Amino acid sequence: MSSIDANPALSLSRSRTDMLRKTLLSRPSTVFAVVVIGIFTVVALFAPWIAPYDPLAQSFFKVNQYPSWEHWLGTDQFGRDVLSRIIHGSQNSLLFGVMAPTIAMVVGTTLGVVSGYFGGMVDRLVTRVIDMLLSFPELLFAIIVAAALGGGFWSVLLVMTVVFIPGFARVARSATLAVRQEPYIEAAVAMGIRTPLIIIRHVVPNMFASTMLMMTLWIASAIRLEATLSFLGIGTRPPEASWGNIIRDGLTNIFGSPWAIIGAGFSITLVVLAFNIIGDALRDAMDPESAE
Amino acid sequence: MTGPVLSVRNLATSFRKGQGWSRVVNGISFDVAPRQTVAVVGESGSGKSVTAMSIMRLHNPEKSRVEGQVLLEGRDILALPEAQMRRIRGNDIAMIFQEAMTSLNPLHPIGKQISEAILLHNDCSADEAKQRAVALLDKVRIPSAASRYDDLPFNFSGGMRQRGMIAMALACKPKLLIADEPTTALDVTIQAQILDLIRELQREEGMGVVFITHDMGVVAEIADQVVVMNRGDEVESGSVRDIFFNATQPYTRKLLGAVPRLGSMAGEPLPRKFPEIDGVTGAALERDVMPDTVRHDQPPVLSITGVTTRFTINKGRFGRASGRVHAVENVSFDLMAGETLSIVGESGCGKSTLGKSILRLVKSQEGKALLNGRDLFGLSKSELRSARRDIQMIFQDPFASLDPRQSVGRAIAEPYLAHGMGTEAEAGRVVGDLLEQVGLSADMAQRLPHQFSGGQRQRICIARALALSPKVIVADESVSALDVSVKAQVINLMLDLQAKYGLSYLFISHDMAVVERISHRVAVLYMGEIVEIGPREAIFANPQHPYTKRLLAAVPIPDPDHKRPSKVADVTELRSPIRDLDFAPTRRDYRQIGEGHLVMA
Repeated sequence: MSSIDANPALSLSRSRTDMLRKTLLSRPSTVFAVVVIGIFTVVALFAPWIAPYDPLAQSFFKVNQYPSWEHWLGTDQFGRDVLSRIIHGSQNSLLFGVMAPTIAMVVGTTLGVVSGYFGGMVDRLVTRVIDMLLSFPELLFAIIVAAALGGGFWSVLLVMTVVFIPGFARVARSATLAVRQEPYIEAAVAMGIRTPLIIIRHVVPNMFASTMLMMTLWIASAIRLEATLSFLGIGTRPPEASWGNIIRDGLTNIFGSPWAIIGAGFSITLVVLAFNIIGDALRDAMDPESAE
Repeated sequence: MTGPVLSVRNLATSFRKGQGWSRVVNGISFDVAPRQTVAVVGESGSGKSVTAMSIMRLHNPEKSRVEGQVLLEGRDILALPEAQMRRIRGNDIAMIFQEAMTSLNPLHPIGKQISEAILLHNDCSADEAKQRAVALLDKVRIPSAASRYDDLPFNFSGGMRQRGMIAMALACKPKLLIADEPTTALDVTIQAQILDLIRELQREEGMGVVFITHDMGVVAEIADQVVVMNRGDEVESGSVRDIFFNATQPYTRKLLGAVPRLGSMAGEPLPRKFPEIDGVTGAALERDVMPDTVRHDQPPVLSITGVTTRFTINKGRFGRASGRVHAVENVSFDLMAGETLSIVGESGCGKSTLGKSILRLVKSQEGKALLNGRDLFGLSKSELRSARRDIQMIFQDPFASLDPRQSVGRAIAEPYLAHGMGTEAEAGRVVGDLLEQVGLSADMAQRLPHQFSGGQRQRICIARALALSPKVIVADESVSALDVSVKAQVINLMLDLQAKYGLSYLFISHDMAVVERISHRVAVLYMGEIVEIGPREAIFANPQHPYTKRLLAAVPIPDPDHKRPSKVADVTELRSPIRDLDFAPTRRDYRQIGEGHLVMA
């Protein structure tokens, strides 16, 4: 056939990175969110250089000071510089806050998609395990794990991840069940496409939007959970700082030095808001009908 | 004769679009006299349903603007306050919709929903309402109406549900009935019954009817006056005979020319393309007969013997099998290279299940499906995957069978790459070539499915099926969802491709007029069994089995002078294919009528 040669090779789909860039830079709100996350990342990475004081240095003479040129956010009941603690605390908070939901999303979505797509025994097994995990209160579960493994970075990460997995698995499973009924899945089967390819190419892209939005929402829960765990002595241990334990410390001393709560709370709000805005934008970008 | 029940004057509807307004109906005027039926005809997107909704004032007032006048017995209802309008809806004007199942509340018995409508608009007791509801069900010819009063909508078949909807619409003796594509989702035999019923009731009750449809055959059967719409504009209006015989507008003629007429192929054994319609004059240019593509000298490309597919119904606390649906029962046929075999029958007859059984998308209990001599039912998973290269499927809904997030180029290239037929760069060339083959252009490859029209999407699905150069294509109701003119184009494309590549089609359809154009042979399926099979010409000219005869007689004929004898009393429904577990199917014998023409005895 002559027309085969007449057509040059086409690129079959538009470039993903182009679309991503377009989505993130097209609206002022997403630009703001990207800038916020960028700033916090830089702060977390270079905390020792940016922080004006040692976050652990106590001073009996500077207890509960109001903001001043010397201490921008004042000092806490041990006389530590609040701003420096927030800057250092961003390391732990961001690390757990982003990592735990991300790992949980990957594991949970995999479980949910596999169980929803194949059904049968696999589905029954996965669903039962998820139900079991959900029946434990998260704190009880955290204490059990901490008792078994001891505290520390990895066991905190493990606890938080496992606590988040069931939610992702459930959402992914029900979304997969819906997508599985779509005629384009049947069409792919009829064309002789391998099952793993069908799952990766057709099932996951079509159920991923809800999962991703959920992940950005759970960053907030993760930061909060880390604070709770810190309070129990499983998470970030005092005197080391995280946004969660800054708030907890600040709460006991809310009248002496409200600046700790305000500063850390404001940071959490800003980060969570930024992630939510990006999550929204990504969901819109992934919706085929709204692209363009 | 009194004045018109309804008179629509310069009706114009606009929807809010961003900051501005976009006009979707542009100045429609017509009158409906008592006992008269006005058909509003047009292709999808012509604004016919929007017109109906505007008359009923069912659009969201925040997002729409309706101008002009709608006079119900001289009173302009567009000017009425919402509270008064509510009293008019259901009472003076009733409406029935296309999907009876979604218009009925699935959790309430049909009878109760009807008496609710009666109670809302009348001052009477609950008992009285119930009596009247039963009388109405009786009136719409639901057998043993009193005992079915408490049945839920899902207990009714599609045709019965639409009768229920009509009963509800009639509850308050409306002066005007608006029917929005009420028979589109129904089988032809059921459609004929519903049309008869509407006509009959109209005579008895003396109401005016606005009948919205895209089907010219239905228009010829039911309408007195016709309004033709195109993209929100009124193209032409007049009496039904004027429109059919003396249409002045090219668009009307084009619409009429595209309507397949049953019996237009008598005496021609081979398929023929639909006539090409000249866009300016509306004149129909009849096409030549297709060349004979059937390879009688070769063994059949697909040979089906004794295929039986049953689904077990689990009921009760422990999910014990309580019965079986005999969806496909002992079906056998051969499909030659280059041949089109149509499987026809009404919904629920098992024709789709048969197609899916052959492709092993559903599991069959018995039988053989030999594709080039290899039994598809005996293959392992990986063998089956490679065997699927030779047998491809085109589905009914082209939009749903394309991944919404995948560019159409990717979609077409996917099977090609998955079967390792070439590199990425070669796939790009093949995609461009295939898109041009199906009448699209190569630079559309990057677009997403939602950026195409329905007909274009079906072309894309055909291109995707062709990517593997298959021998057999199973087309499951592939043109049913398309407008008539688009339908004709897609069928013509399929015929061209058959002539070019020697493809064999298994064409599954309920649309007899389309089947007549495309097929070499026809098999009639009834309750999972073939009741008649033979050359298309023989089946259409000389149907033997009573079911085949009924199927052919029910097809609406787009000729207003041809009036079918009314058979309102006939409410035969498809019998249920659900059987007891120990049911043993009877052995069937077939009688030979002519060359290759077999009828179940």
